[in-house]
Amino acid sequence: MKLVVLVKHVPDEAADRLFTAGVFAADLTVDRDGLSCRLSEPDEYAVEQAMRIARRRMDVQICVVTMGPAGAVRTLARALALGADEAVHVLDDALHGSDAQATSRVLAAAVERLGFDLVLCGTASTDSGMSVVPAMVAERLGVPAACEADTVWVGEDEVMVRRDEGTAVVDVAVGMPAVVSVTDRIGEPRYPAFRSIVEARQKTLRTWSLKDLRIPAAEVGLGASATVVRSVTPCAEQRPALLVEGEARGAAARLAAYLTEHQLI
Amino acid sequence: MGPVLVLVDRDGGSGAVHASAPRLLTLARRLGEPVAVLPHPAGAAEVRRLARYGAERVCVVEAPETPDADPVALAVAAAGELAWQMGASVVLTASTRTGREAAARVAVRLGAGIVTAASDVRPGPDGPVTVQEVCGGAYRVESVVRGQAAVIAVDTGSVPADAAADPVPGQVEESAVERLFVRLPEAARRARVVARTRKPACRPAVSCASVVVAGGRGVGSAAGFGLIEQVADALGAAVGGTHGAADLGWCPHDALIGQTGAVVHPKLYVACGISGSVHHRAGMQHASTIVAIDKDPSAPIFRIADVGIVGDLHQVLPALLNELARRRADMQADAAPAGTPDPTGESTPDTAPVAAD
Ligand SMILES: Cc1cc2nc3c(=O)[nH]c(=O)nc-3n(C[C@H](O)[C@H](O)[C@H](O)COP(=O)(O)OP(=O)(O)OC[C@H]3O[C@@H](n4cnc5c(N)ncnc54)[C@H](O)[C@@H]3O)c2cc1C
Ligand SMILES: Nc1ncnc2c1ncn2[C@@H]1O[C@H](COP(=O)(O)O)[C@@H](O)[C@H]1O
Repeated sequence: MKLVVLVKHVPDEAADRLFTAGVFAADLTVDRDGLSCRLSEPDEYAVEQAMRIARRRMDVQICVVTMGPAGAVRTLARALALGADEAVHVLDDALHGSDAQATSRVLAAAVERLGFDLVLCGTASTDSGMSVVPAMVAERLGVPAACEADTVWVGEDEVMVRRDEGTAVVDVAVGMPAVVSVTDRIGEPRYPAFRSIVEARQKTLRTWSLKDLRIPAAEVGLGASATVVRSVTPCAEQRPALLVEGEARGAAARLAAYLTEHQLI
Repeated sequence: MGPVLVLVDRDGGSGAVHASAPRLLTLARRLGEPVAVLPHPAGAAEVRRLARYGAERVCVVEAPETPDADPVALAVAAAGELAWQMGASVVLTASTRTGREAAARVAVRLGAGIVTAASDVRPGPDGPVTVQEVCGGAYRVESVVRGQAAVIAVDTGSVPADAAADPVPGQVEESAVERLFVRLPEAARRARVVARTRKPACRPAVSCASVVVAGGRGVGSAAGFGLIEQVADALGAAVGGTHGAADLGWCPHDALIGQTGAVVHPKLYVACGISGSVHHRAGMQHASTIVAIDKDPSAPIFRIADVGIVGDLHQVLPALLNELARRRADMQADAAPAGTPDPTGESTPDTAPVAAD
């Protein structure tokens, strides 16, 4: 069984530079060269889920795929250390600034070229966080999608997912091939052992260009993007309007006064 | 300005038209002539309600061959077809799981640009202009969606619903409802719901409460969460929690707020012992008023709080409960007719010293 996991290289928010200016480059794209980047955390859960499926049956092959700049090899190395068998890096200068349409087109082409039974994704990337790429890839591949799965069971030709829909818990059965995106409720990723980090260096990492995927360069990237960012403005940090320090009783009184004054209680 | 398709969601459990529909129609009116697309037959009351918010046409989608079809698949099939037929320039959905999935698939079918979690949409000279807040509310991004069509998933929590100014009486009666029959592609028929288990309801659910009191790891223990519940009850609020708190078993998973939990838009959000990670902020940054209580003055939650209290919640919250009780007592005393003797025999409230704890 072939599992493909889509993983994204995103700015490391632990650095919390997201609050100081400098996330965006001059062309208003996320400045991946200027920021320290890593494997998007939600995607770690997708890799982990692939590992759990592989542990239960013998015939599973896991390939991780990313589309991103040169530095994205680090994200692939991390995914390999977490247990994936091989990796594909779609790298092409023409891809800079691609929107969700272009991204899903490239990823779908890469997945198709690899062949697959199941594509696993994170629910949302931590940078753009649109939560649309999995369903767009599914639409392009002509297969069903089950998004935001909390639990995944893989059967012979079917994958079963359980999802929390607020007022109800719903089980959905989906015939494979299919695309599934997983939430972080699916199970904590393990920390890779030093040995698997070393072993990861021996694994195959292929680099594909747009030409390999037969996608014309003019149809992707910033120029072809249907959504054009016009402006990015840091939100003024007027908050907090009121910062209270000091002993608890006085603070509570001021809070209660504020709430009353603003008719919140 | 052409037709604007509004994909109307139904509640998974009850099947009722989702509250996001009037808000989407309100936006759609700015962009063109709203056409409401809804899966499964619509009742007369539902149609009147959609018309009141500006739907000029209502299309009901059915797939006769697959009666238990997934509503997302129905909406996608219908939107794909209607957009071509009518030359619709904009498709609006709610930025929920189902809304985003529909938006994603429709965008691929139409080759259209897609924007999710838009907090506002306006018409523009080269296409609709959307507003998004990204990176946990640190930036406001304005984009133009170019091309034949735009697919926009709207964070309806930040959009008010306004009834149309001049609803043509009887404009959309049951007769004006069009029925659209679609045939689902094979892939869409390969997914089926096999079980749906309702969860028992207790306190107000976080997603629709107007006041939410939430606790994080800083609450310290499951017993500590009792304090959060007391404050919630005093404010008539729902109890929420962070991932950290839910993982430790201090609060149930359906109280989880954030990127992977509920996205809430309450009037008042009280964050207690919550550092304010990006993931958590993603779910609550749109609250109208945010109060944060944390002992670490550099906690990121303070950057988005309207009122920040630097202190130990185990002291601040009991003091707040006291203060609320005192104010309530004051109000009751004020409401009581003058000259009524104080039943407790204590001094009158306005001269009473602040109760010591
Ligand atoms: C893929 C992914 C998705 C996630 N999705 C979500 C999500 O949807 N929602 C979510 O909430 N989290 C989510 N998380 C987790 C998130 O990153 C944080 O770990 C979590 O929100 C932190 O919870 P916390 O604020 O309770 O804990 P902490 O970050 O540990 O913060 C505790 C705070 O309490 C303060 N404190 C301690 N003691 C006291 C005291 N006595 N009085 C006052 N203050 C005190 C501390 O100063 C600190 O600021 C996600 C994580 C991942 C990887
Ligand atoms: N450039 C990319 N390369 C690989 N996977 C991606 C990329 N962009 C998005 N994805 C996948 O799609 C999921 C949702 O992304 P998004 O729609 O951007 O929120 C992510 O969690 C990834 O699994």
